[in-house]
Amino acid sequence: MEKGLSHRKDHCMETNLTHSETSIKQGTGASPLARLKKRPRPGEMLIQALLFICGGVSILTTLGILYELGKESLLFFQMPGVTLAGFFTQTEWQPTIGKFGVLPLVSATLMTTSIAMLVSLPAGLGAAIYLSEYASTKARSILKPLLEVLAGIPTVVYGYFALTTMTPLLRAIFGDQVQVYNTLSAGLVMGIMILPLVCSMSEDALNAVPRSLREAAFGLGATRFETALKVVVPAALSGIIAAFIIGISRAVGETMIVALAAGSGPNFTLNPFEAAETMTGYIARISGGDVSYDTPDYNSIFAIGLLLFSATLLLNIISRRLVARFREVYE
Amino acid sequence: MNSPFSTPRGLLAQRHRAGAVWHTIFLSSTALGLIALAALLFSILDKTAGLVIIADDVDRNTLAARPLDQLTQPELVALLQEKLTKTRIRTLERSNGPLADLPLERLNELVLEQIVKPSIVETYPFFDSLFRRQAVQAEIQQKIAGQYPDATVEFRFWLNPRFLANTMSAVPEMAGIRTAIAGSLWIIAITILVAFPIGVGAAIYLQEYANKSLISRLIQTNIDNLAGVPSIVYGILGLAIFVRALGFLTSGAVFGLDGSNGRTILSAGLTMALLVLPILIINAQEALRAVPNSLRMASYGLGATQWQTIWHHVLPHAFPGILTGTILAVSRALGETAPLILVGASSLINKDPSGVFSFFTALPIQIYNWTARPQDEFRNIAAAAILVLLVLLLTLNSIAILLRNRLSRRSS
Repeated sequence: MEKGLSHRKDHCMETNLTHSETSIKQGTGASPLARLKKRPRPGEMLIQALLFICGGVSILTTLGILYELGKESLLFFQMPGVTLAGFFTQTEWQPTIGKFGVLPLVSATLMTTSIAMLVSLPAGLGAAIYLSEYASTKARSILKPLLEVLAGIPTVVYGYFALTTMTPLLRAIFGDQVQVYNTLSAGLVMGIMILPLVCSMSEDALNAVPRSLREAAFGLGATRFETALKVVVPAALSGIIAAFIIGISRAVGETMIVALAAGSGPNFTLNPFEAAETMTGYIARISGGDVSYDTPDYNSIFAIGLLLFSATLLLNIISRRLVARFREVYE
Repeated sequence: MNSPFSTPRGLLAQRHRAGAVWHTIFLSSTALGLIALAALLFSILDKTAGLVIIADDVDRNTLAARPLDQLTQPELVALLQEKLTKTRIRTLERSNGPLADLPLERLNELVLEQIVKPSIVETYPFFDSLFRRQAVQAEIQQKIAGQYPDATVEFRFWLNPRFLANTMSAVPEMAGIRTAIAGSLWIIAITILVAFPIGVGAAIYLQEYANKSLISRLIQTNIDNLAGVPSIVYGILGLAIFVRALGFLTSGAVFGLDGSNGRTILSAGLTMALLVLPILIINAQEALRAVPNSLRMASYGLGATQWQTIWHHVLPHAFPGILTGTILAVSRALGETAPLILVGASSLINKDPSGVFSFFTALPIQIYNWTARPQDEFRNIAAAAILVLLVLLLTLNSIAILLRNRLSRRSS
């Protein structure tokens, strides 16, 4: 890090030097030259070091997450009755009575996530296409901030909405087979929550497609819709997929909606009308009740947290890669 | 003519029709978002006011010889002592001071709260109360005639001054959010104090000093990835590090306070600081990136050192942008709930936080707990609390937008 800085400075100084050298040769004294030499500046270096430490805090955060999740997860897997294979294959999750199969929690998370993505993928992409390809500048300047409001609402409010509005609505439509807590309601509302994110990231991708591509399509006689769907969307595809993946990652990690609306009890089911606890919902429920340290419950939080962290990190990295590749093509 | 769009002439109308259909589909997906937003706001407003039926647990007219509000102070004390158990009185005295020393109004409140217990037995939503008034009135008359002969009916705003001023209570109509707002503000204050200097420092390092060396790239990638980590994972981190490992510090024990554990405001604030840090850094970096390079070059040209350039030229120029980014990041901390659950916010706290080592509750935590309860009245106060939270967030965001507008005007 020090190297780049000094390099830049040296460069500045070299140009200065050639200027002053010519004047010095004509003049008499040699002292100005001495002043122009690179001087150690302890104050500057101290400041730079402090700023570097600020940047390092983020590394410490990651290390902290990895260390704590790893350490406690190890303790979890060393407990009697817990095996790695059993953790991923058994279908019952009741740590207090020695049932350690994470599948019910995972399946509930997959359920809510899939439902959320079924809402937010088409709607988010549709809205993005509308905003970037159809809407007038004025319409966009009104619609976009309104969608952003949706993105700024705290998730606990969405949880309230799911429980008090969406669930009664679903029960009115589908009847009593819909339980008071169910993954469908949580998933649908989560989809609404993720919609603005998918929309704004997809729109960025669509906007980054060069205008010339659209002009060329119009020139060939394509309608606006054909241009959008057959030219612009394929050109922006990697950016759009990145948006989808970020959306999935957000849905997997979302806590408050599922904690309030999806139910509090592990349930290995694929019925969206039934209550089922997700990974995040489990963590929130267990830790809400003043959990004591070094119990199976406490350690299991970390094991599930590690699973959650790994999954979202993987998704985020893939998404970032896709965006980077997309940028390379057009920027 | 190998254009992918070349279709027989007769199909042109069909293509345009398809275009129109899809136009409608795209428009309606945009509308879906807006409808959802409207439905969300509607469902909250609908619960924050409305007609209610209030019935006394114990009939207040038979409680004493004279109406309650005409009783003197000693009479009220005697009444309390007669009707309540000794343990109950002791708990009351512990939180209020000796009964005999309390002012008249407070005693009246206690009598109502502890003995009469007027409670809301039925609630009706706001928009029904307004637009289907007759139907609702008829239903209420029926209810009163049948179940609650002494009940009164009133139009209640759940979001009222008392709701803002009261502390937490197990009775929904007595409950308030003062403690929760105080807790949230304390947490935000710590978050800002910790995250702002570190975040801006890191942004300056990455934007002004860092080059393409491995460690700088590592920090940058790491920050980008941290921004996507679910908030509940930060909560787990906060629980393990701040609450447990650093419990001696966050409980205040190291400063001679008798904090029993680390589930304090300090832990919550530090956890939130870690949570918003990546967002804050990314926002601040963007603000720094927007500073024209000519400014730096001019400063270097005049012989300023790098830090002088940053401090006197880059930072002042980027400051409104940094501030906007900070506000947006902090407003996220205001609404976050999951990490607070993990670090041990307790919804049962009814004492205002007195410092960073206090146990705490926060606005989103109250919303969560009230929403999770089955009774209608708790939904009502949850909605009222949500309204307060949204107003706070709206205020913060408006400030951010105003700052952004000022910035763009100045630099253009």
